[in-house]
Amino acid sequence: MAVKKLGAQTVKFQNPPSIIATATVVGPVEGKGPLRNYFDLILGDFKFQEKSWEKAEKKMLKEAVEMAVKKSGVPSDKIEYFIAGDLLNQIISASFAARELGYPFLGIYGACSTVAEGLGIGAMLVDGGYADNIVVGTSSHFCSAERQYRFPLELGNQRPPTAQRTVTGAGAAVISTKNQNPRITYVTTGKVIDMGAVDPNDMGSAMAPAAVDTIVMHLEDSKRTPEDYDLIVTGDLASVGKDIAQKLMLQKGIDVSNKYTDCGLLIYSPEQDVHAGGSGCACAAVVTFGYIFNEMQKGRYNKILLVATGALMNSTIVQQGETIPCIAHAVALENL
Amino acid sequence: MAKITQEQKDYQQLVKNVKPKPPYLKNIVMAFLVGGLICLIGQLILNFYISLGLDSTKEAPSATSATLVFLGAFLTGLGVYDKIGKRAGAGSIVPITGFANSIVAPAMEFKSEGYVFGVAAKMFVVAGPVLVYGIASSALIGLIYYVVKF
Repeated sequence: MAVKKLGAQTVKFQNPPSIIATATVVGPVEGKGPLRNYFDLILGDFKFQEKSWEKAEKKMLKEAVEMAVKKSGVPSDKIEYFIAGDLLNQIISASFAARELGYPFLGIYGACSTVAEGLGIGAMLVDGGYADNIVVGTSSHFCSAERQYRFPLELGNQRPPTAQRTVTGAGAAVISTKNQNPRITYVTTGKVIDMGAVDPNDMGSAMAPAAVDTIVMHLEDSKRTPEDYDLIVTGDLASVGKDIAQKLMLQKGIDVSNKYTDCGLLIYSPEQDVHAGGSGCACAAVVTFGYIFNEMQKGRYNKILLVATGALMNSTIVQQGETIPCIAHAVALENL
Repeated sequence: MAKITQEQKDYQQLVKNVKPKPPYLKNIVMAFLVGGLICLIGQLILNFYISLGLDSTKEAPSATSATLVFLGAFLTGLGVYDKIGKRAGAGSIVPITGFANSIVAPAMEFKSEGYVFGVAAKMFVVAGPVLVYGIASSALIGLIYYVVKF
């Protein structure tokens, strides 16, 4: 019998694994945003001394992982798994970073929810007794994502107010059996939810129902209420998606208004001309591993529910007229 | 495509009600002003070429188009055209300078994949449909004109 399983979709850890160190790298725009003091490395340009944006993205992820491992004090040869994913086709940023890092590698894909998927799988490996130290990472890059999903950068087109900016950055965290705060206590794995969205320039409203479904399932499975958390933070719903998510939760009788925020809103200030807010794998990753991790260490927050959201599509299938399936995974981070 | 359920329909209705609309009036005014300005510049260039003694029906208009295409490409290369386009929208997409932008932008972007499979193969990724349907419809109109005339 699965003794650590609660309800339909949630895992409760017996010995909650610790996040012992994190590291973040961000691009120049994020480096001018309100969270700039929480990041380890802010790049001056989009290329990071590389020849292409894709290579720059891979380098950001590699740097973030190396910094996190170094900060953790765990010797490099004691890292047993590297779990990572990104937005680029065939998750090349993750696997090319893994080629240079040399750790046993599990590649994952959850679009912008990748960070929560990685933390969830990583924590299960650690609490399952399969590893003592693992590193989780993810990355995204505004320029490499734009060219894959949308238009060339220099093209003079207009974006609607619902559009979001892909965060340039990478985040990594070392999960360990060490007795240290903050810890991963619960993981709720999301279902794929498709509410019929077709507009690739409005990811927030496409993903909001997935976030709400996962939050509802998490609360039901864990018998918790929003009151149990200091903060519930979704991944990258941005302004439009966040409003909708809040409405949908109220319809289900869950009031989170005073403790709910979104990484896509935290990472930029409204003056930065990013339309609805941030998105991309790095959005939830750098906010969680930069801002939230630091504030938890300081004790400002003690219980956080991270609900990272992802839109599971590519431009080919959208052009073929398919609706956009979305997912959200929840990870509870707590100081015990 | 999967069948749309009632639940999906209801949700899309909710989204439609709450999501912010683009500032249509502002966009229209900006498109009018910038589009008009580009045309005014075109007219000044045309007048200039005519004053140099170029033929006003064939040579001067061709030279004007070539100059505007150059300006569009040049401003794209400087990284300025996308900033104009952000404000002007259709005002800077529709004129011939926008056509130049739509070819130069992908050519610049895909240089990292090489001159054959990058620059050359991707150059018309945005402008391609305009060319295909532009040429096809002009051929069709030409055919209709030919039939009607006789």
